[in-house]
Amino acid sequence: MVVIRDIIITGLLLGGIFALVSVGLSLQYGVGRVMNVAHGEFIMIGSFVTFWLFGSTIHLDPLVSILITAPLTFVIGWILHATLFRRLMDTSPTLDVFEGKSMLASFGLLYVVQNIARIIWGSQNYQVMYLNRTVTGAQIPLNRLVALGVVIVIGVVFYIFLARTRMGKAIRASSQDPTTAGLMGVNINSVLAVCFGLGVAMAGIAGSLLSTLYAIQTSMGLQYTVIAMIVVVLGGLGSVSGAMIGGVVLGIVSQIVTYFQPTWTLIAYYLVFILLLLVRPKGIMGK
Amino acid sequence: MHLLEGEGVTRYFGGLAAVSDVDFYVDQGEILGLIGPNGAGKTTLFNLISAALKPKPGRIIFKGRDITPLPAYKICRLGIARTFQTVKIFADVPVIRNVMVGALFGTGHYVSSAQARKKAEEALEFVDLTPLKDIPAGDLTLAQQKRLEMARAIASEPELLLLDELMAGLTPTEVTEAMSDVAQLRSRGITVIMIEHVMQAIMKISDRIIVLDYGKKIAEGTPEEVAANPQVIEVYLGEECDA
Amino acid sequence: MNIKRLTPARWAASGLLLVVFIVLSLLPTLTQGYLVTLLTDILRYVVLTVGWMIFSGPTNYMSLATAAFYGVGFYIAAVFNGPLPFVAVIIIAGAVSFVMALVVGALTLRLRGVYFAIFTFALTLMVTSVVLEVERVVTGTRGRFVVTESTQTAYYAMLIVTIVTLVMAVLIRRSRYGLALQSIGQYEEAAAHSGINVVLTKVMVFAASAFVMGMAGAIIATRRTYIDPGIAFSLNTSFWPVLMALFGGMGNLVGPVIGAAVFTYLGELLLTRFPDLYMLIFGVVLILAIAFMPRGIVGLAEQVWGKIRGGRGAPA
Repeated sequence: MVVIRDIIITGLLLGGIFALVSVGLSLQYGVGRVMNVAHGEFIMIGSFVTFWLFGSTIHLDPLVSILITAPLTFVIGWILHATLFRRLMDTSPTLDVFEGKSMLASFGLLYVVQNIARIIWGSQNYQVMYLNRTVTGAQIPLNRLVALGVVIVIGVVFYIFLARTRMGKAIRASSQDPTTAGLMGVNINSVLAVCFGLGVAMAGIAGSLLSTLYAIQTSMGLQYTVIAMIVVVLGGLGSVSGAMIGGVVLGIVSQIVTYFQPTWTLIAYYLVFILLLLVRPKGIMGK
Repeated sequence: MHLLEGEGVTRYFGGLAAVSDVDFYVDQGEILGLIGPNGAGKTTLFNLISAALKPKPGRIIFKGRDITPLPAYKICRLGIARTFQTVKIFADVPVIRNVMVGALFGTGHYVSSAQARKKAEEALEFVDLTPLKDIPAGDLTLAQQKRLEMARAIASEPELLLLDELMAGLTPTEVTEAMSDVAQLRSRGITVIMIEHVMQAIMKISDRIIVLDYGKKIAEGTPEEVAANPQVIEVYLGEECDA
Repeated sequence: MNIKRLTPARWAASGLLLVVFIVLSLLPTLTQGYLVTLLTDILRYVVLTVGWMIFSGPTNYMSLATAAFYGVGFYIAAVFNGPLPFVAVIIIAGAVSFVMALVVGALTLRLRGVYFAIFTFALTLMVTSVVLEVERVVTGTRGRFVVTESTQTAYYAMLIVTIVTLVMAVLIRRSRYGLALQSIGQYEEAAAHSGINVVLTKVMVFAASAFVMGMAGAIIATRRTYIDPGIAFSLNTSFWPVLMALFGGMGNLVGPVIGAAVFTYLGELLLTRFPDLYMLIFGVVLILAIAFMPRGIVGLAEQVWGKIRGGRGAPA
């Protein structure tokens, strides 16, 4: 029983992180149709900026550093969309072509971002020591609880943003039917750029939190991209709430497999992923 | 024996019956009209005949053989060709090669490239697209693309041709031309089932008409019988008012 | 398909091609070492790029499983080269990749668009981690040693596989199956209703393209003494052929060949001159190529040529 309880608790905590890692990609693909292979690289950027601010003379608290990483990564994403991806949209005859090209371009982006990071930070491991003590009783590391708390807060804020604000409504409209949304006076280009920026910002925030949990290195991006892809497919491409649920499911699966055979975790991810694509390509939440 | 026969053909989408327990048949050499309001299940019925969808439950029998379990390409090779309500052409491929696809793959027997080209040229001649045969199909007008689909279907040497709204959006002159095309198909020995909203045309050309409404067959008979059927009138008057 | 008349231009092109292949086949007798190695590398990417394009070009199914089929070739070479003759190893590698692609193809038929790309991407990653785990349990090590072949042997083997690949590509393009693939890429539903056995066509051509990828993998493996899953199944191997094909232009076979040659050489140059900035420059070139040369080098050349001749440029 204790084992099951622990698996569920750690699975939930991990799932929260996975969800956060994935929401951004879900947004980018769901609204913008960009399967951003460089997603994990922006997580890495978030982690390293946090690490750098933490290690600098101002010794900025990692949670507070979100206030810097989020806007910074948002701007990067916004600019990328306003230049590169808009150009690809304009030059692609069909959506399929755009999906293919944008995925490849994001692969180029992966190279660029990772190389720049390596020039600045090298390729060794770093660790941000932050709140790494356990909470009495349950043996849960405090930083994980804090991370989960932040995930929930961000989830709620984001939900409210989508449901209530003008921009949020425009984003939802565009994801349902871009053509009609355009006709109804939604400025599609600006919505898509904001959306992509938000996706990258989510990656940045996830990076800030991850830096408090795990060792970071400049090559860490791809593993998170893969996790995000799995979670997003699990929850249904383009469904933000699906990404949340998918994250938790993958988190629990991960902990169950880890309990029996830690070296199989990665294989289990891919297996879940591939089986799901074959059985229910539209995801758990897909219709 | 009927050329094509459907028994209790049914198909649900979610909880809604798109086609519900429809029995139908078409005989060799006939022109069968399929009419009904939008969403009545006409195109779904075509999809079920051509195996784009499978009936659940129901059986479709072609020349005495149960073809329900067969995949779409085999249906075509057996001799049932179709066109689509929203055109589905190979846009980047030259017109002639669009038609050659039907000739090369759709007949059910080996056709050499030279024979296929010849057949494609004949089919294009039939639909009056010969002068445009070398341009990409995507550059044709919508009406031309519809005719291209018909040529592609004809090139596969069908015994039965399913025409889905061939005349939609055509000018009156073009409708007349299309009608004479369909009449010519019959003289070539091709049986036709056609979905059409252009009432005048379909009433004039069909030997028999089936009326669908909400997935159910509500009437069947000669154009005169169907036109006099009170249920049909009610359905159609309602529809006309909305439109 | 349609019988092409042998115009003077065609004769010239065929003659040129023949000269190129004669020069390529005599090359190792004239020079040794670096140039031969570089050419082997270029030919490898010609095989992978053209192999990828045989299937993905006309169908628009973006496969990212190249690394999986190629990497399988690596492991076949590691296991069998030495005990079995090199030729047999190459053919076995091709055959195993072929069978693997048949299975993968049969499984992925329902997937379209980006789902197919993600699936093949995940497949490569999964194969990597499965091989890693198998090695850990069975051999207790991470990598393996491969019985090597000489630079020349590898070069000739790769040249033959390249010719096989190009001939296969031309035959498929010219045949009715080329038209079938194109129809599938344009409108799969209409292709099926026009009598094309969509499933069989896709799976067979996908497997044929995997066949040459596996062979290329087996040859390259013998040029390395040591391999591990990270090397064998590197994701770059999946993405590069796509980029090379895009960079060269996918309208015909010349594009991918040029793309492979230019990119391989550029990669080699960057790696030796600017090892620290290699990924950065490569990434930038790649992004610019995708953004500004939608029809690749060949498309660009056609456009420029069209302008020189006073036309309105090549039709899109």
